[in-house]
Amino acid sequence: MDGMEEATNAIEARGLVKRFGKTTALAGVDLTARTGTVLGLLGPNGAGKTTAVRILATLLRPDAGDALVCGYHTEREAHQVRQLIGLTGQYASVDEGLSGTNNLIMIGRLLGMPRAPARVRAAELLARFELSDAAGRPAKTYSGGMRRRLDLAASLVGKPRILYLDEPTTGLDPQSRNEVWTMIRELVADGTTVLLTTQYLEEADQLAHDIAVIDRGAVIATGTPEQLKAGAGRQVLEVTPASRSDVPAVAELLAARTGGEPAVSAESGQVTVQVDDGRLLPQIVRALDDRSIELAEFALRKASLDEVFLALTGHRAEETMPSADAGHSDHAAPAAELNRSSQ
Amino acid sequence: MTTATVPAAFPAPARRLGPVAALRNACTLGWRSVLKIRTNPEDLFGLWLQPIMYLLLFTYVFGGSLAGSTHRYLQFELPGILVLSVVFATLGTGMMLSQDVATGVFDRFRALPIARWAPLAGAILGDMVRYVITVAVTLGFGMVLGFRIETSPLAATMGCLLVLVFALAMCWFSAMIGMLVRSATGVQLWGFLLMFPLVFGSPILTETARMPGWLQAFVKVNPVTYLTEAERALLLGGPAATSVIRSLLWALGIFVVFAPLAVAAYRRKA
Repeated sequence: MDGMEEATNAIEARGLVKRFGKTTALAGVDLTARTGTVLGLLGPNGAGKTTAVRILATLLRPDAGDALVCGYHTEREAHQVRQLIGLTGQYASVDEGLSGTNNLIMIGRLLGMPRAPARVRAAELLARFELSDAAGRPAKTYSGGMRRRLDLAASLVGKPRILYLDEPTTGLDPQSRNEVWTMIRELVADGTTVLLTTQYLEEADQLAHDIAVIDRGAVIATGTPEQLKAGAGRQVLEVTPASRSDVPAVAELLAARTGGEPAVSAESGQVTVQVDDGRLLPQIVRALDDRSIELAEFALRKASLDEVFLALTGHRAEETMPSADAGHSDHAAPAAELNRSSQ
Repeated sequence: MTTATVPAAFPAPARRLGPVAALRNACTLGWRSVLKIRTNPEDLFGLWLQPIMYLLLFTYVFGGSLAGSTHRYLQFELPGILVLSVVFATLGTGMMLSQDVATGVFDRFRALPIARWAPLAGAILGDMVRYVITVAVTLGFGMVLGFRIETSPLAATMGCLLVLVFALAMCWFSAMIGMLVRSATGVQLWGFLLMFPLVFGSPILTETARMPGWLQAFVKVNPVTYLTEAERALLLGGPAATSVIRSLLWALGIFVVFAPLAVAAYRRKA
């Protein structure tokens, strides 16, 4: 088995189906995480992300389909899978009544570590996650960010090969979120494979090597962040008329020319629309000129992941990210096929 | 970051867990439960204070009118208060389990390579410590108030062990409620609703002869009645064999019915 693992993907899931009563949480989901990379599972609340993670973590049995973790079957070889994974999510939590140290010692002991090494490992992780000062305090006294760091530390006690992070930064302030991001990057640099679920497009963009966009229980697109953004010529035209009174006219014109549905910003008066064909631009400029609409801005840019998501799902991601520190570079990526899944 | 690097080569994961490792899992989780008693001041407070409150209230509120003297009543009621305190203490098992499910601590356990039954067994193992404390406080404070064991230290020890065995069975009932009810407060509500008739529909506080006939019929089949009679016999004297055997049979019966139900409810969550 050991020799084979080199060649296997860390996570291979095929045709996962899960129903809860009449609700179909997963309707045939395929996922692949390459060893040593971050797979971002991106989707709004209720898309089925958590169900997928729970199946991969052996907490749920799928109604159909199979999932392999490092080549081990999540149902038939659950015990082996559990030795390879670490789990951090809003549901898999630390014991609030125990101190940080005792939480980590308990997990070390449960993983079969003798008392002294478990203690050493706990201290090591608490130091790494900057929790040494709070080590002796019950976890219920921790702030949200500290709790999340302790959760993360708890999932790392056994040095897992694969780490599941289910919405690790939801509800965190930007600073705590950046800390978690830094830790994830360090873990990946150490060779850990990470499955990250998030409803934040920016988070997937920042961390993931591959992204699977999931909506209503199905994977609707896969690819690298660049592929998803550049895919199928998705570009965005931004037009801001000099006069607010021209906004409806601009929106109407753009809708007619592109066949898309322009979005209008009430604040700035900016009208944005997706364009698939660059040859439309001269026509649009001419049409605007014909109507004597004076422009403050006319720009073509690559679609943001947010807009890709909107185009794929027909609705926006439910929540928007609290503003991040540094804008990431948005330089043009080589055009690549958007790998739409056949389902 | 250099402290926790992942080693280059991984050993293949083990196929299954040995019985010794499984037992060690249960002990670790038992240690956790005991630790929670120590670190949670309210829990510790309640654990000590409840038996003391029961003793003080029942002795001084009912003593005079029911037995003519508080001391006579204390001798009568203490074996029963022992039963009452421990039966109510078993509610803690279900409350803690339902809290573990609600907070996600259980999911963390279930994603670890540990024995499936370890979290349940660990919780119950840890709770045995609570029951021992309850018994010790009840008996100890009772003696401070003037209770005297009229049999032998051996018989009294047997009495304590018997009530602990009964608690070990009852806590599976509590564990089942803990697995079925979503919140700790829900467990408390259901537990009290189901346990109040058992505890008070018994000769713990008064003699059965003064109760109406329909109630006497219930009292006669109530397991708490047998346990109370056994405790009286072991602490104060009188024939003990029948009531002790009946209590043990009841404990076995409760265990046989509710342990599988609790495990089934637990597996359903799993």
